[in-house]
Amino acid sequence: MISKADIRAEAARLLARFEQAGATAVEADILQPADVLLDLYGEDIRGRAYVTSDAWRGEQMLRPDFTVPVVQMHMQHGADPARYAYAGEVFRRQEDAPERAHEYIQVGYEVFERDNAAASDAEVFALFADLLAPLKLRAATGDIGILKAAITGLKTTDRRKAALLRHIWRPRRFRSLLKRYSTQGTAQRELMLERTVNNAAAMEGTPHVGLRSVAEVALRYDSLREDAATDPISDTEMALLDDILALRETAPHVLSNLRDIAVDMPAISPAVSALAARLDAMDALGVDVENLAFETSYGRSSMEYYDGFVFGFYAPTRPDLPPVGSGGRYDALTKVLGQGSEIPAVGGVIRPAQVLELGGLTGTGDHYAAGKGGLSQ
Amino acid sequence: MTIKLGVPSKGRLMEKTFDWFGERGVSLRRTGSEREYAAAVEGVDGLELVLLSASEIPRELAAGRIHMGVTGSDLVRDKLALWQEQVTEMALLGFGHADLIIAVPKCWADVETLDDLDAVAASFRAEHGFRLRIATKYHHLVREYLRANGVADYQLVDSQGATEGTVKNLTAEAVADITSTGETLRANHLKILSGAVVHKSQATLFKSRRAQWSDSDRGNFRVLAEKLGLSG
Repeated sequence: MISKADIRAEAARLLARFEQAGATAVEADILQPADVLLDLYGEDIRGRAYVTSDAWRGEQMLRPDFTVPVVQMHMQHGADPARYAYAGEVFRRQEDAPERAHEYIQVGYEVFERDNAAASDAEVFALFADLLAPLKLRAATGDIGILKAAITGLKTTDRRKAALLRHIWRPRRFRSLLKRYSTQGTAQRELMLERTVNNAAAMEGTPHVGLRSVAEVALRYDSLREDAATDPISDTEMALLDDILALRETAPHVLSNLRDIAVDMPAISPAVSALAARLDAMDALGVDVENLAFETSYGRSSMEYYDGFVFGFYAPTRPDLPPVGSGGRYDALTKVLGQGSEIPAVGGVIRPAQVLELGGLTGTGDHYAAGKGGLSQ
Repeated sequence: MTIKLGVPSKGRLMEKTFDWFGERGVSLRRTGSEREYAAAVEGVDGLELVLLSASEIPRELAAGRIHMGVTGSDLVRDKLALWQEQVTEMALLGFGHADLIIAVPKCWADVETLDDLDAVAASFRAEHGFRLRIATKYHHLVREYLRANGVADYQLVDSQGATEGTVKNLTAEAVADITSTGETLRANHLKILSGAVVHKSQATLFKSRRAQWSDSDRGNFRVLAEKLGLSG
């Protein structure tokens, strides 16, 4: 049995390593205003975070992660660029998996930097890879930016693109939207419009109730009409999207596949170049890029605020455990929390309890280069 | 020791439960004055009747303070996490039927399904600056249902009664509530989303997985289960 004191000591060692890497150690309140988290993550967060309240400050949540308070702190009075590290408890309701930890320590490292996203991404990944190298973990990586670029580049209406982008992190609804916008979905789109027309005709004498105005209903009617009259997303583009989403190989293979796809879908070229630049930057920091796993769909279901590079480190012998470390890029989050200002940001967290469970990090302390080859596939 | 059976303390649910047991040779009845929550059992040995609010029965079952209980299947699913690990369903009693549904104003000609609701939630938030409000008392069930179906940009607001009135009062845009005939919904100018039944509820006899059973309880339970025509 690993004691809490051991976990704290491991967390302190990891925090010290992050500080050595150039981060300033910061603290965050355990009680966080619920409205900020709810606006960001939606109602689903209530199923994952503990909610409490008092009559003065209203609803509060026990910190489900550090990202939001650290971003807020940075947006208010941070240096530019800045690197932060922290260590402390986070709290998660686990109603559907009571065996998982409800309260555990996270140690995190976050980089806020405007120029050279590739270098910042690589810095965070290489730092984590190096620190965790003794545990012989399997690294998973992905890039939400590729899918975003592919959607933005579709030859279809802005409304459809916005709807698809909104549901990138809900794969099931994303899939059903995509189907509706395809040739297969033409009948459904026509049906949605027809129903609206029929309902409107049968509404004689129905009073208007509620806050949503007649004008809003009319606008939606216009959008349904537009959608029914618009050509479906072509079979060619649908096939390209499927190809992109199915990519799961070593990073150099995926890169080469994406370059082929970019010939038919030039809109993804900038995102593909960004991936290439990141892999170069990772290679320069000693990461074994040749054998690095890459999945275009990685991080779509569990990490809603990540919108670029994503990564996780898993114990191959313990598939029952959540990732030992994980993180990614969250530029859009800083925009939402920044109220007008924004700054590109990337970071990640390590769970010291899991590090100890897998045997601890004794014998580490070398620099990045020593971590080369530490990532077994 | 006795086996404790929790039954709703008033109303049709109580009467129908008494009838269901009565038809199977187990007589349950209230005793004392009309206001006193006391009860008697005849026809089997070692069974004690505990009168409780239907909404507290799931919690009492989960805590093992009662061995069996009758309540709506909706309440067990809403109030207990991983309910199958805490209670077992012994019998569906065939009354107290009600569907937990989502309803929106009838004047929303453009909304018929969850797909529509999700699209409307996105534009509503953009227009009004806050997430579309759904009034309910079934927070857990409704949230899980909407999450599983990938609906975003909504919020649940608590409503413990007169839920259908919240839309007219501008405290919610939609409701998620139990309905059997849909009468109250229609009277309040609401319509049910098609294909979006969150849960089909009925009165159900549950057995606690946590309660302590003595040897005599087990013996008495076998006799009771046989009488009720249940495998146990």
